[in-house]
Amino acid sequence: MKKLVLASAISALAAGGAFAEDINIGVILGFTGPLESITPGMAAGAEMAMSEVNAGGGILSGSMINSVRADSTCIDSAAAQAGAERLITSDNVVAIMGADCSGVTRAILENVAMANGIPMISPSATSPGFTEFDSGGLFFRTSPSDARQGQVLADILVRRGITSVATTHTNNDYGLGLATAFNEAFEAAGGTVTATVPHEEAKGDYSAEVGALASAGGEALMVLGYVDGGGSMISTAWDLGAFDHFFVGDGVYGDDLLPRIGEAASGLVGTVPWAVGAAADRFVEVYTEAGVDGASSYVAESYDAAALLMLAAQAAGEATPAGIAANVLNVANAPGEEIFAGDLARAVQILAEGGEVNYQGATNVELIGFGEASGSYREFNVVDGDFATVQYH
Amino acid sequence: MDALNALIMLANFVLIPATAYGSQLALGALGITLIYGILRFSHFAHGDVMAIGTAVVILTTWGLQGAGVSFGVLPTALLALPVGIAFTILYLLAMDRVVYRFYRRVRAKPMVFVMASLGVMFVTNGLTRLLIGPGEQRFADGARFVISARDFRTWTGLSEGLALRSTQLLTVVVALIAMGILFYFLNRTRSGKSMRAYSDNEDLALLSGINPERVVMITWVIAGTLMCLAGTLYGLDKIFRPFTFFQLLLPMFAAAIVGGLGNPLGAIVGGYVIAFSELGVTYAWRRFAGYFLPPDWMPEGLMQILPVDYKFAVTFAILVLVLIFRPTGIFRGKVI
Repeated sequence: MKKLVLASAISALAAGGAFAEDINIGVILGFTGPLESITPGMAAGAEMAMSEVNAGGGILSGSMINSVRADSTCIDSAAAQAGAERLITSDNVVAIMGADCSGVTRAILENVAMANGIPMISPSATSPGFTEFDSGGLFFRTSPSDARQGQVLADILVRRGITSVATTHTNNDYGLGLATAFNEAFEAAGGTVTATVPHEEAKGDYSAEVGALASAGGEALMVLGYVDGGGSMISTAWDLGAFDHFFVGDGVYGDDLLPRIGEAASGLVGTVPWAVGAAADRFVEVYTEAGVDGASSYVAESYDAAALLMLAAQAAGEATPAGIAANVLNVANAPGEEIFAGDLARAVQILAEGGEVNYQGATNVELIGFGEASGSYREFNVVDGDFATVQYH
Repeated sequence: MDALNALIMLANFVLIPATAYGSQLALGALGITLIYGILRFSHFAHGDVMAIGTAVVILTTWGLQGAGVSFGVLPTALLALPVGIAFTILYLLAMDRVVYRFYRRVRAKPMVFVMASLGVMFVTNGLTRLLIGPGEQRFADGARFVISARDFRTWTGLSEGLALRSTQLLTVVVALIAMGILFYFLNRTRSGKSMRAYSDNEDLALLSGINPERVVMITWVIAGTLMCLAGTLYGLDKIFRPFTFFQLLLPMFAAAIVGGLGNPLGAIVGGYVIAFSELGVTYAWRRFAGYFLPPDWMPEGLMQILPVDYKFAVTFAILVLVLIFRPTGIFRGKVI
């Protein structure tokens, strides 16, 4: 008897959820932990997209979107999974915007989201590992994989006629992942990587590392790391006359770099993720009006992740996890009318009338492969002591 | 021509950096060895006192630069050195008055002194960060190069470049001068002789009328001068960051122990032994060998004995080997 009551109560709840006006979307980010300084901005970006849709009348003829936050902690997988579990079982979210760091994102995806069939769009997990991981069509990301940046860097070197290069990377997962991606792409394109030497951050002296790289030789030095250690590697290599040409990844890009490397800047080329054109301009208007700091890290990607989930629900005609998962790629890519930040209500309208949209959003979203951002990168060099754009990739 | 190129390359990547680094270590190790020889304890606060002395030099340098004072091609920091040295000496004397003098009076065991110096290390550590912050500071100015790698190639037409930074030359010159003055002082002056006597046999020295407090004071004065010099030269040549200076403690102690604790000449030799081993063992010898081997014999690998990450491990290994096989060090110093 007890069981019967419980079962009917649960089915009543579930049925109630399906007929309710409101749709819950989970926002799971590291509100505590190493990323706590940027996650409030990311959550605000996602919720800005939700309020924009709500202000335009919601989706599926009037359903309003609710954001339900949970803490991913960025580093503690157990806590992140508990948070995601709570979102799904007690808050009945139909999809998750998150998580942030690659490690906890993978944990939530494998152990919670896939078990419950809930789709996730991460705004900031850049580990190349996701590209190979089969999530059964549930996982997407609006930030490009580091594997993609490795490919872009390799293409730039090949186009500039460089056939051999020595690689140095900062000694952590990011540095190693990006270095591996670059080395593979460059060797696949026929180039030679003479040596791969890791370096630590915040050391007094980098001449031993540079000595090893110089002994291996190469036409240029590829530096994948951060401004601190990477900048010191470049200036040491320049001072010792070991290399004249330097290529850098996104972590080395920063305002502090140029004063640190001095004359070596004349031979510097690098890449950094960059959104351009109408998408970026429109997003500035939208976040300025909403009073959100959209220039902070991954705010635009968060906005896009949330927007994609809502548009996918509208395209599916039902706010169910399976419907959303099946339609993310349809709304993100061509064909269809291009949708930028601020046009979400119009996109909902088009989809409701049976039309198609090609969501561009704040970062020129184009999902490739399993559904990760192809990403646009700015190739820069240094002209007259300042960064200059060579072209966009 | 190949042999010349190989030699130039070796000088550029190993000999010159190791000589400069070795001089910086030697100055630090000299201070450690003096304190060990005369005050009879391992001064663990050495790296951090170096840091706070250098921090004062940096602040003074900024003040001078702000006032428009410069030293031509030489770094302005040299003008600020006296202020830094004076501060370091006063700081050490204050620490001696507050901390070490008590333990000396109660004739505490050396281990108690070591623990006390560990406490001083932590306090100094915090004071340095309060004074200048935990971050990296650059204060080198003046001419950067005596010989730059690119100019060298143009002048000589060789394929290898040779870079000699002015701070490297300065380090070696200043270190040699400081060592010369120190040896003259220890061997020729009355105070120096009384220090050596006190170091050899404390009781006998007291009986001959040597004032122990005066010997202690002179030791701190000399050690403070050496610390501030070593710290400033390291900061000029590389970078200044409090944590990096703390990390220097290991190679400096290794240098003092390898050379023979309590033996000043040993500290200098030890400094160079450590520096040359660190760079030599982790250097990739492939290109060097390439100048002598026929092209088909060229090895595939980098010919590196240990990867660069293991630089500190080299220091540890030397330290352990010396302690096992020759605990007195190269020059027969004291056994810990």
